[in-house]
Amino acid sequence: MVNTKVTLCGIEMDNPIIPASGTFGFGYEFAELYDINCLGTFSFKGTTVEPRFGNPTPRIAECPSGMLNAVGLQNPGMEKVISEELPKLSQCFHKPVMANVSGFAIDEYVTLCEKFDELPQIGWLEVNISCPNVHGGGMSFGTDPKMAAEVTSAVRKVTNKPLIIKLSPNVTDIAAIAKACEDAGADGVSLINTLLGMRIDLKKKKPLLANGTGGLSGSAILPLAVRMVYQVYKAVKIPIVGMGGVSTAEDVLELMLAGATAVEVGAANLVNPWACRDIINDLPKTMEKYHVNNLEDLIGGAHR
Amino acid sequence: MKQSTFEIAHNRLIAPGVYEMLLLGDTSGNTAPGQFVQIALPGYYLRRPISVCDCEDGKLTLIYKVVGHGTEYMASLQPGDKLDLLVGLGNGYAVAECGEKPLLIGGGAGVPPMYLLAKELIARGAQVSVILGFNTKDEIFYEKEFTAIGANVTVTTVDGSYGVPGFVTNAMTMDYDYVCTCGPEPMLKAVYDKSETSGAFSFEERMGCGFGACMGCSCKTKYGNKRICKEGPVLKKEEIIW
Repeated sequence: MVNTKVTLCGIEMDNPIIPASGTFGFGYEFAELYDINCLGTFSFKGTTVEPRFGNPTPRIAECPSGMLNAVGLQNPGMEKVISEELPKLSQCFHKPVMANVSGFAIDEYVTLCEKFDELPQIGWLEVNISCPNVHGGGMSFGTDPKMAAEVTSAVRKVTNKPLIIKLSPNVTDIAAIAKACEDAGADGVSLINTLLGMRIDLKKKKPLLANGTGGLSGSAILPLAVRMVYQVYKAVKIPIVGMGGVSTAEDVLELMLAGATAVEVGAANLVNPWACRDIINDLPKTMEKYHVNNLEDLIGGAHR
Repeated sequence: MKQSTFEIAHNRLIAPGVYEMLLLGDTSGNTAPGQFVQIALPGYYLRRPISVCDCEDGKLTLIYKVVGHGTEYMASLQPGDKLDLLVGLGNGYAVAECGEKPLLIGGGAGVPPMYLLAKELIARGAQVSVILGFNTKDEIFYEKEFTAIGANVTVTTVDGSYGVPGFVTNAMTMDYDYVCTCGPEPMLKAVYDKSETSGAFSFEERMGCGFGACMGCSCKTKYGNKRICKEGPVLKKEEIIW
């Protein structure tokens, strides 16, 4: 019997598989399809202090081996997430969940982390400083090491929960930003968020997305994710949650070899709603195929 | 929602750029007229949402217009080819709320879902009037099929080459107690403005997942934000914000 357990920032998980924020809602659409308690955990829909409708439509465009989205952090807002979504979630998911939070100013991140810190249902805080689809916040915190450190140390002061900072790949040196977050007190980093892209409609001769640009995800970005996780692993000692284009158990092993302790699965859920369940089911035989007995031993294996 | 593999029984051209595809497989996921399927196509990342035209005992009929590379690929498929489908997406029309004398209005690619809806309403004993709107005579499809199931059919063409000239609203002269419609948004708005009864309007939007996870197709309604793929595509007249 192979062992798929991993420990992420002090919390043991049955396996490293985590549906990524924004591709899994608050879980219950998927709970109708399969028992989501098979997941390591999941990162819920990016939550802001105030409710947000997000960007105008179209918000989705396709590209070879991937897609662009410009949803723009649509969510019901912190209060409703706490009073409505999380109680509903507790009916179908019985493990600690990862809270994904986004802000437009440092004090918003602080407010969100303070609130979610009080809830026992929440295991980890994933602080998104890398959303490419909102203006005046989001990614601007994640593209400068100083700003990233400022957000990290501000939220560090208000929570003892494991603090994972979600990083943007739209930077020259992601390792420097990861290091800045580590130095400012982060317990982990997650990467990569989507890459800024654009498609143009040939008939209308205008950008296809109403927002103009959108975040690229899907199989196309796996090699970028592997490279960036590899670089960050060299630069920091804190655990890395790897993501970007993962759709198979083999992709999971690859990101773990690059340095990931756990792996998020995003766009794949939108194409195959059972993607995470399928990956979890495939993990043991894929581990056997590559002679891996203990999944945790694989972390950073490509560096040795 | 159910995922299963379907086999293509036929895939034929019925009007310029418009194909009728008959699929055989497990149709039990489709529970209401007006729902849609998401089709996985090899080599294309996202599934393609297509509305259901007819659904009966393991037979699923889709009518689709070639508008891009994905539908172009679909048109090249042959009988015997297999497709991976998510079936039973969206809310569909609530047939019990459609009245005794419903008026169904389909425009172009919005015609297909009206067929299963008409069939189910007629089976319930309703007197169904149907207006099918096209640009020109050559583009007309399914006029005979609607007549064959007992609907009272009027065809309109924008260029006046067949039936009532002009837009579908020119033909809204019959007696009706409810309107169900699907078509391009300007047509939906024109029907909304002209109709004096309540009604159900089916909307189209670019989708990511098709089952409510990605928030790619959200819209604002008088009853709050809704996802076209999940709480839609059919919205009640009273909740629509243009």
